[in-house]
Amino acid sequence: MLELNNIRTSYGQIEALKGISLRIDQGEIVCLIGSNGAGKSTALMTISGILRPKSGSITFIGSNISNMPPHSIVEMGISHVPEGRRIFSRLTVKENLEIGAYTKKSKFKNQNSKLKKQYEKIFEMFPVLKERQKQMGGTLSGGEQQMLAISRALMSGPKLLILDEPSLGLAPIIVSRIFRAIREINHEGVTILLVEQNAHAALNLSNRGYVLESGKITMHGMGKELLNDEQVKKAYLGE
Amino acid sequence: MLPIYTYLIFSVLKPLLFLLKSSVFVQQVINGLTVGGVYALIALGYTMVYGILELINFAHGEIYMLGAYLGIIFLGFFTAIGLTSFSLPLSLFLAFILSIIFCSSYGYTMEKIAYKPLRNAPRLSPLISAIGVSIFLQNYVMLTQGATDKVFPHIVENAGLEIGGVSVTYIQLFIITVSVLMMLSLHIFITRTRMGKAMRAVAQDKTMASLVGINIDTVISVTFVIGSGLAAVAGLMVASYYGLVNYSIGYIAGIKAFTAAVLGGIGSIPGAMFGGIFLGLIESLSAAYISPEYKDAYAFIILIIILLIKPSGLFGKSQEEKV
Repeated sequence: MLELNNIRTSYGQIEALKGISLRIDQGEIVCLIGSNGAGKSTALMTISGILRPKSGSITFIGSNISNMPPHSIVEMGISHVPEGRRIFSRLTVKENLEIGAYTKKSKFKNQNSKLKKQYEKIFEMFPVLKERQKQMGGTLSGGEQQMLAISRALMSGPKLLILDEPSLGLAPIIVSRIFRAIREINHEGVTILLVEQNAHAALNLSNRGYVLESGKITMHGMGKELLNDEQVKKAYLGE
Repeated sequence: MLPIYTYLIFSVLKPLLFLLKSSVFVQQVINGLTVGGVYALIALGYTMVYGILELINFAHGEIYMLGAYLGIIFLGFFTAIGLTSFSLPLSLFLAFILSIIFCSSYGYTMEKIAYKPLRNAPRLSPLISAIGVSIFLQNYVMLTQGATDKVFPHIVENAGLEIGGVSVTYIQLFIITVSVLMMLSLHIFITRTRMGKAMRAVAQDKTMASLVGINIDTVISVTFVIGSGLAAVAGLMVASYYGLVNYSIGYIAGIKAFTAAVLGGIGSIPGAMFGGIFLGLIESLSAAYISPEYKDAYAFIILIIILLIKPSGLFGKSQEEKV
């Protein structure tokens, strides 16, 4: 579904991605683990078109997206929940969701039955968002903001959902709630690319995983395999 | 903070309370609202562009000046073909629409030529580019229209209403009504429509806005088009109010409107509306009660006072730290 081929991305003189290649198949949950500064977020931002790769190609369902502007990539079916959630704090919860459906043009006004269903699905998954519809996004707690960020990304009806550190700074009980939601979303047919510091939970959830170290993919395998790998255990699982 | 505000408001209002009954006061309030409405319309263009690009578009005053000139040109043309004597409201309406279209195209083009290529440049570069556009537009109008004052066609009579010693001309009523209507429609546009919500999203977080599929370039263009359209309306109204137009009127109006935007809190739309009206009221009241010679100075004195107390402006939000 998504294929990165020898992608290099730099910030000025500093090369953050030194030629990474990875593949995600339809219906999978794939995670990308690695320490701080390994280039995980850079990889995701490159996929979404916020950063331009210096070389290499990104193919999504048969078309090369490496030179497309971010808004066209969203229209193609890739939705990205960035690190730190980035809720529009001075927009209400409802407006945040509406803006998530921005690419759905004429259907914006909520009349469309498909969009209505989407709202219902989201409110079923996260009932708290329904209660807080009229509240400003900035007044939500961290966990609620993460739920809103994921829901906002789902509003565009993505085929691939990219999640950057969804568990960051959240209480364990909220984290398991979020991970449960990710699984539910995947069951509905959305392919997921997950970046996590919480490698244990991420690898448990994922079909496959990639390990990124200073801009290079150093390992990849099935989620369970990586969980039992001595090197991964030492470096990322704290065992 | 609150006690200081209350004290300030009361210390200003107290002497004025004595004057409240006088017709001079009411008269000055009406004059102030007229000018203030115009300042507010121009200030909105500054504040919207700043909100989205963090750029102070110094050429915005020139768009207002172009609006005034275009009004003269179109109304002159309509008079020549006899449309004004056929139907004055229709020709006024057409003049407004055409000026808005022309000014919006100027605004759109200006952004594409002078600002878009500098999107990722250091912040000073687009600012200098803006000053360049301003100088260019002034000289362009001076060369094509002449350096002398142009008289606005005297098509609207200076008549008005007179109630208890207070006179309100129809032009004043017109300006106040149109300003209020424009601000209301802008408010509805920003809060209710898809594009308005996208504009607010872009103002808050450009990267996130593009991650939800918003085309940032489109939103920026729309911002310039709307801001320029509002300035065109302001220019045409002022031209009909004062009757004289000059290629340099954009400068002082621009500075005043910019002051109004900063006073209200730059980037804040209600701030620009309030700031503009507030500035107009200060000017006309101080001209009446203190001395008209320093009319322009009072606005800046108040600006300095307000910025000393609340640097982000009356409605401004203090800058959030972005991580």
